[in-house]
Amino acid sequence: MLIFYALLLFMIIAALIAVETKNLLGAVICVGAIGFGGALMFLFLRAPDIAITQIVVEVLSLIILIRATIARHVTPVSGDREFVGAVVSVAIVLTLFVAGVKVLDALPPFGDPIFVRTPGAASQTYLEQGLRQTGAANIVSSVILDYRAYDTLGEATVLFTSILGAAAILRGKSRKLVKESDA
Amino acid sequence: MLYAMCFALFMLGLYCAVVKKNMVKIVLGIVIMEYAVNLFLILLGFRTDAVAPIVDRQFLETGADGMTVTGAFLRQAVDPLPQALVLTSIVISLGTLALMISVCIRIYGKYGTFDITEIRRLKG
Amino acid sequence: MKGMTVIVKTVAGWAKMLVFLFGVYIILFGHLTPGGGFAGGVILAASYVLLLLAFGRRFVEEDLPLALDSKLDCLGALAFALIAVWPLIWGGGFFVNFLLKHLPESALNLVSAGTIPLSNIAIGLKVGASLFLVIFLLSVFSDDHGTKTRATGRIADPKE
Repeated sequence: MLIFYALLLFMIIAALIAVETKNLLGAVICVGAIGFGGALMFLFLRAPDIAITQIVVEVLSLIILIRATIARHVTPVSGDREFVGAVVSVAIVLTLFVAGVKVLDALPPFGDPIFVRTPGAASQTYLEQGLRQTGAANIVSSVILDYRAYDTLGEATVLFTSILGAAAILRGKSRKLVKESDA
Repeated sequence: MLYAMCFALFMLGLYCAVVKKNMVKIVLGIVIMEYAVNLFLILLGFRTDAVAPIVDRQFLETGADGMTVTGAFLRQAVDPLPQALVLTSIVISLGTLALMISVCIRIYGKYGTFDITEIRRLKG
Repeated sequence: MKGMTVIVKTVAGWAKMLVFLFGVYIILFGHLTPGGGFAGGVILAASYVLLLLAFGRRFVEEDLPLALDSKLDCLGALAFALIAVWPLIWGGGFFVNFLLKHLPESALNLVSAGTIPLSNIAIGLKVGASLFLVIFLLSVFSDDHGTKTRATGRIADPKE
């Protein structure tokens, strides 16, 4: 139990540094620290699938973020700011904070998940019948590819669309560059 | 208490995304919020003294048809449903991160800065 | 991007096969052990990103051309959709595990899970190809932008 508090404290400290530091590369590396702390946390929370995925995704996203920031000089952000914008953003943060604190009272105690106390919960059925109905020993795999495969199809569509958008944005610029260098 | 710390992480990400003026900082705030939400969903499904939701040979009922899991597995396994949802969400977050970063790079190429107030001033 | 020193190149040349094989293992055994199509696909992409970082862009472009990469991406998505609609032809529902009743009844086998390993392979192909595609495009773009600003010096000066 203590390891969870230690890891979450580490993640919060890294997030504080990432939010407040002036150095963009340092902020990116602190976000990487949060991600690897989260991967360790998933491992201790008995979710090895997510731990593996989180580690490899973290490596690739660090590469993407570092490539975006490393060659560009950090622009010093000017101090002036509109009064209305500042008030509105502080109001948004405070409203969500109050709403979240209200919700914290209604949560179940840690270590006692909801599906245990709910008769006929879906998760209980997956655990009991997953091996017999799908043949997969990894219940998470049987959920994402058999019971809820429709969800995974939508996920694949979202991934396809976002990669298509990134390719369209980047490729338009490259084509213009090629044309300009020809002229 | 763990939920409250997770919520604090989420609020840090939200503060970073709403208040900061550097575009890469906004992207980092969104990434921190994603971590916090994923972690919260996994925390909701945890049991004390739990095992991962993967059937091993020791959790198979002996003598039955070889497809029946034991009661110990049902009493100990963590919730598999949030894990399945978070697994897809992590990979989606990588795709959206690539999209956001390409938008940032494109804006940097056009305006030469990551500062959003600067960009707004240059628009007119 | 020209690539790194000979030490990095040698080690990357040995490590790339191991990383690639580990990704294939994670995909194929995704229904028995932790892992699956998502994690394995990202590992496959990471093996080619390792090549990209160590050897430079030209080497990877010869090894895996962009056109082939897009085709692999579309092939993965198409295979997953095909697995979804195939049972409709034989009177089942969308995404029914149609192979399960034709397989031998035994748990914890490599072929015991019906369509789940096939879906894992399709998802792994799709995720790996698309993630490598976007990282490759990002690297190409950064290079072009850098040379452009250094050559003209005008685009980084938006004050006028």
